Amino acid sequence: MDKVLMKGNEAIGAAAIKAGCKHFFGYPITPQNELPEFMSRELPKIDGVFVQAESEVAAINMIYGAAGTGARVMTSSSSPGIALKQEGISYLAGAELPCVIVNISRGGPGLGGIQPSQADYYQSTRGGGNGDYRHLVYAPATLQEAVDLTIEAFDIADYYRNPVIVLGDGMIGQMMEPVEFKEPKKRDLPDKDWTTTGTKRNRKPNIINSLALDPAELEKHNIKLDKKYKTIEEKEVRHEMYKMDNAEVVLVAYGTTSRIVKNAIDALEEEGISVGLIRPITLWPFPYKAFAEIPNTCKALLSVEMSMGQMIDDVKIANEGKLPVHFYGRSGGMIPTPEAIMEKVKEIWGGAK
Amino acid sequence: MAVVFDRTQGLAEKQFHYCPGCTHGIIHRLVGEVLEELGVLGDAIGVAPVGCSVLAYDYFNCDMHEAAHGRAPAVATGIKRVLPEGVVFTYQGDGDLASIGTAEIIHAAHRGEKITTIFVNNAIYGMTGGQMAPTTLIGQKATTAPYGRDAVDTGMPLRMSEMLATIDGAVFVERTTVHNVAGIRKTKKAIKKAFEVQLAGLGFGIVEILSTCPTNWGITPVESLKWLEENMIPYYPLGNFRTPEEGK
Repeated sequence: MDKVLMKGNEAIGAAAIKAGCKHFFGYPITPQNELPEFMSRELPKIDGVFVQAESEVAAINMIYGAAGTGARVMTSSSSPGIALKQEGISYLAGAELPCVIVNISRGGPGLGGIQPSQADYYQSTRGGGNGDYRHLVYAPATLQEAVDLTIEAFDIADYYRNPVIVLGDGMIGQMMEPVEFKEPKKRDLPDKDWTTTGTKRNRKPNIINSLALDPAELEKHNIKLDKKYKTIEEKEVRHEMYKMDNAEVVLVAYGTTSRIVKNAIDALEEEGISVGLIRPITLWPFPYKAFAEIPNTCKALLSVEMSMGQMIDDVKIANEGKLPVHFYGRSGGMIPTPEAIMEKVKEIWGGAK
Repeated sequence: MAVVFDRTQGLAEKQFHYCPGCTHGIIHRLVGEVLEELGVLGDAIGVAPVGCSVLAYDYFNCDMHEAAHGRAPAVATGIKRVLPEGVVFTYQGDGDLASIGTAEIIHAAHRGEKITTIFVNNAIYGMTGGQMAPTTLIGQKATTAPYGRDAVDTGMPLRMSEMLATIDGAVFVERTTVHNVAGIRKTKKAIKKAFEVQLAGLGFGIVEILSTCPTNWGITPVESLKWLEENMIPYYPLGNFRTPEEGK
């Protein structure tokens, strides 16, 4: 298929439809509005359903109900709206229902702002909902990657019977890039024999539930979930390494920030300073093991984020106290410039000599 | 020997956990009987609430989905929009529907979702131990209204059926009681009608059923039936508020 020029929010919607999603439940919030708008326009054409819910809380609970029928379902929102969805995400994880949730994140806390931000790292990876649960978080850096990961997210959600979050900052949602809708690789998916579609009087009733009043039973359920999460950690972690050979400083950045960081790395290379990048593509599971491949030329790590420093916690866990860990970030919707990142690297590099 | 009365196929073979004198059991049976009589048990998907009837998913003999507190109408919306041929119902108490879930119930009605809601109003939070609900009567004591509900501080009890009847999408709205045999019969008729409205694809249907809670009201089961009749019915008048035939 040829490449088409699309806005990020619309490309994610088109990717979902490509993946077989015919049911979308959403609520307006900037900067993700083009996504529900796109779905309200396109889904009726394929006998699908778009519902504008009365709130993000209602939207995620519609997803909870619809996912229980086994349909491929998606909702999208932005930071404060995702905060409201956390209740439902916890229930979806508890009841083991697949779905895809898109967060086109913006600055916070509170109402914050409407410009791009990466301040939802904790919210996405630590979970704002209650209980011992986890879900995959994909953090695309380009629109092509957003499309590919959205399509794959539906398979992953079905495979593990678990919600999956696609986290793009406001830039991913708003910018335009050429994208191609490729056929996803075929995956053997388990039968959905757990769905609530009516018994037709030829099987026992199915029950979708996250309640277990017996503590022993609930602990058993948590152990089962944990086993699943450990499998995801083992099999689904994804990252990219960039110019790591002989790197003297290694930067860690994800999403659109990683693209700015790459520009800075290329410019520093021309000045004779070797700098590498570890780019997590999955934020959970975090690519801890990638840090074992940091060359011994490296003297320091630098986490670059559009936040006041959240992913840096995982960088420190991955680093295991071996190297000094520095931070550079902009927040509130301000975007780091390559020059500022270069300056920070030089400061560390100079100090590290 | 001839069988004169049998368990409805609409209910699973499971013993209820409800307190003595609680009317949830009667209402469960009526819903089960209606689903069986309409021949829709195999197409039914019920949504259970949070509250005393949280375990309703174990009692109905059909597919069930357990919702978060108040969210049953949103969950039911998600199910019905994927399965328009399914027969989808929510079973909710007054804390669930009239307090934490007001937005969800109003907007399910507002969109005219083709679902049926069984709303059990016993004027109190039962499962959590007798706290005040929006439906608690003036002067009625609750664990969070130990001196009796006071309208100045907590407002007047909320009449959900009257409020929902103002919404075009709510095509069937009726309030009934199960404190006596006549009331039980009328309740069953109303439940049946509410499901028929869904089957005909006409819109949202709700039956508000006045119910007892002897445990948290602090009186005996028999006194509870009398208390319901003397105190709840005057404030929550029985009757039909909306029906598709109106205006004919």
